[in-house]
Amino acid sequence: MELTGAQILIHYLEDEGVELIWGYPGGAALPIYDALDTDAKKLKHVLVRHEQAAVHAADGFARSTGLPGVALVTSGPGATNTVTGIATAYMDSIPLVVITGQVATPMIGLDAFQEIDTVGITRPIVKHNFLVKDVKDLAMTLKKAFYIATTGRPGPVVIDFPKDVQNALCDYQYPQEVSLRSYQPIVKGHSGQIKKALDMMLAAKQPILYTGGGVVLGNASAALTELAHQLGFPVTNTLMGLGGFPASDKQFVGMLGMHGTYEANLSMHNSDLIIAIGARFDDRVTGNLEKFCPDAKVIHIDIDPASISKNVAVDIPIVGPVQQVLTEMNQLLKKSGKKVDAEVLQAWWTQIEAWRATKCLRYDQLGHKIKPQAAMEAVWRITKGDAYVTSDVGQHQMFAAQYYPFDKPRRWINSGGLGTMGFGLPAAMGVQAAFPKETVVCVTGEGSIQMNIQELSTCLQYGLPIKVLCLNNGFLGMVRQWQEFFYDRRYSMSYMDSLPDFVKLVEAYGHVGIRIDNPETMEQQLAEAFSDQYKDRFVFIDVITDQQENVYPMIPAGAGLDEMILV
Amino acid sequence: MKHIISMLIENESGALSRVAGLFSARGYNIHALTVAPTNDETLSRLTLVTSGTNQQVEQIVKHLNRLIDVVKVVDITEGEHIERELMLIKLKATGAMREEIKRLADIFRGTIVDVTTNIYTVQLVGEAQKLDALVDAIDDALIVEIVRSGAVGLMRGEKSLHL
Repeated sequence: MELTGAQILIHYLEDEGVELIWGYPGGAALPIYDALDTDAKKLKHVLVRHEQAAVHAADGFARSTGLPGVALVTSGPGATNTVTGIATAYMDSIPLVVITGQVATPMIGLDAFQEIDTVGITRPIVKHNFLVKDVKDLAMTLKKAFYIATTGRPGPVVIDFPKDVQNALCDYQYPQEVSLRSYQPIVKGHSGQIKKALDMMLAAKQPILYTGGGVVLGNASAALTELAHQLGFPVTNTLMGLGGFPASDKQFVGMLGMHGTYEANLSMHNSDLIIAIGARFDDRVTGNLEKFCPDAKVIHIDIDPASISKNVAVDIPIVGPVQQVLTEMNQLLKKSGKKVDAEVLQAWWTQIEAWRATKCLRYDQLGHKIKPQAAMEAVWRITKGDAYVTSDVGQHQMFAAQYYPFDKPRRWINSGGLGTMGFGLPAAMGVQAAFPKETVVCVTGEGSIQMNIQELSTCLQYGLPIKVLCLNNGFLGMVRQWQEFFYDRRYSMSYMDSLPDFVKLVEAYGHVGIRIDNPETMEQQLAEAFSDQYKDRFVFIDVITDQQENVYPMIPAGAGLDEMILV
Repeated sequence: MKHIISMLIENESGALSRVAGLFSARGYNIHALTVAPTNDETLSRLTLVTSGTNQQVEQIVKHLNRLIDVVKVVDITEGEHIERELMLIKLKATGAMREEIKRLADIFRGTIVDVTTNIYTVQLVGEAQKLDALVDAIDDALIVEIVRSGAVGLMRGEKSLHL
């Protein structure tokens, strides 16, 4: 059957099993939006208020479900507005397919209205991108895009789709198979390396499992938990890896890195073997590389060969999907019947427990101001630790990571790599749309929320009952903290004057607003916000918090993991 | 240390900019770069001269392999290899210098490929050091223009870069 390119796109998305796309129409995408109206059967489209939010929402959907997120925008400004969203997904390896309208092919290069070199602009921040010049290539290009986005180390793929190609006619059949001669993701780790690694693990005296976002993305949480239990080793998670191992498990020593726990960072620093799993030795994790874990050998399991020995030299690399590698390790360990030396491991745990006893996350709860940590802990209690939590970027993000422990993967949704303020609310839309019945909390600050606040309107249109927890201290908190520590308290441009009355603002958008400024009524007011009364409503909770509060522990820039500021 | 990285890339618009973009984005340098079609019309051969520690170059190769348009990559300087570069050098050739330049070209096994009353253009093929040596042997004041192709190369013997 002959269809237009625009119709082929819609039919393809349905055949691919896509149920939800996020977007914003415009001139060079009109044929697609028309085909959406005439041809879509199951496919739903959410109209956002800014293209950046479309990509973040698709991203939140992808992170929480494991399925690829899809966004659709027009050419020119529509495409450039997606750039921050695409870069956010790229840095955190999130599978996305972003379709951008483009001016008609004869107009390309003539500085046409709303023309921009989308393929050129997005090249450094995508796993791959395509310009479709011939409608005959469209279906296969889409197939390749989904294949590339979702396999290997996942990432965003952009398809630039000119208007004349959208209108051109072609036969359509869903391509069943795809193969790319230059792209063959590794499906199995090297068995010899896996054996060698296991031997090294069994011989270690002070080992630690250091696991990252790859465990979550690679659906390897169960395999990791089994391995950790078989070995009895301590486990630390990166910011991106939280939930990949149950936080309530006694083997969990907390998050590591710049704002990691004392026990996690000292266990890393003093270890003789680091088993890195789906983690990439980011600078926020390692601190000063010259001081990093001086006595440790390193085993590194990762799907991406380029992540291996990038920042830290690796002794045993294993390139492969983490789930497959960990499963093979579990089987080998069971079959061999080999065990770790319990006495040696016990001595290591005694040391770790001593570090844990410093209780580095305790904070002063006296006074009449609300501590942001207390607000996070209250939300954790009220939601029974089982909510989906998205966050923006700054102090509130760290408080959420520290004081909302996650027992399940894909519950903690944040921009770890790029650190994108404005991510939280649209990402929460993506999560809520994927899980309409679940509690979705967006933890934000008065700075971040204003970077995509227009999406309050989208939330009303689609009835998304997100609960926003705004930790409002009137400061760009993390900037203020660095200025206090490292710039002699010169608070240059980190104070926000003339903030809106958020309660009135969200009411104007048709939502529920609650202000909390009294520590004594906080718990009860929060409980109300999460009560059945507002089950179907979007609630914005504006929590006025202590302006002076800082995120501790902290490793200052240039310091090693053992040089933490505790309080 | 100098490394010559040779690769087969998809013969598609944008493939070259992906490679060049990777180098600029990650702060790697490119001393020379040459790209041309092969006997397989779907592929181009790209040769790139860079420098860095072995660890840096290993990282470069891994990142190149990540690019979807890069089909095969090899660092040919890892083993025995042949390297060639072509240079055209335009020189002021008047009076006694006409004979002198001709002799110099002969010593380097270069060829004079263009002649006017005042100008000789010498063509020279060889490894980069040989080309450098000729340039060093000529007084700067005589040099009107130099163009070099950048190195191409392949591995010696049975080894080859193919699909």
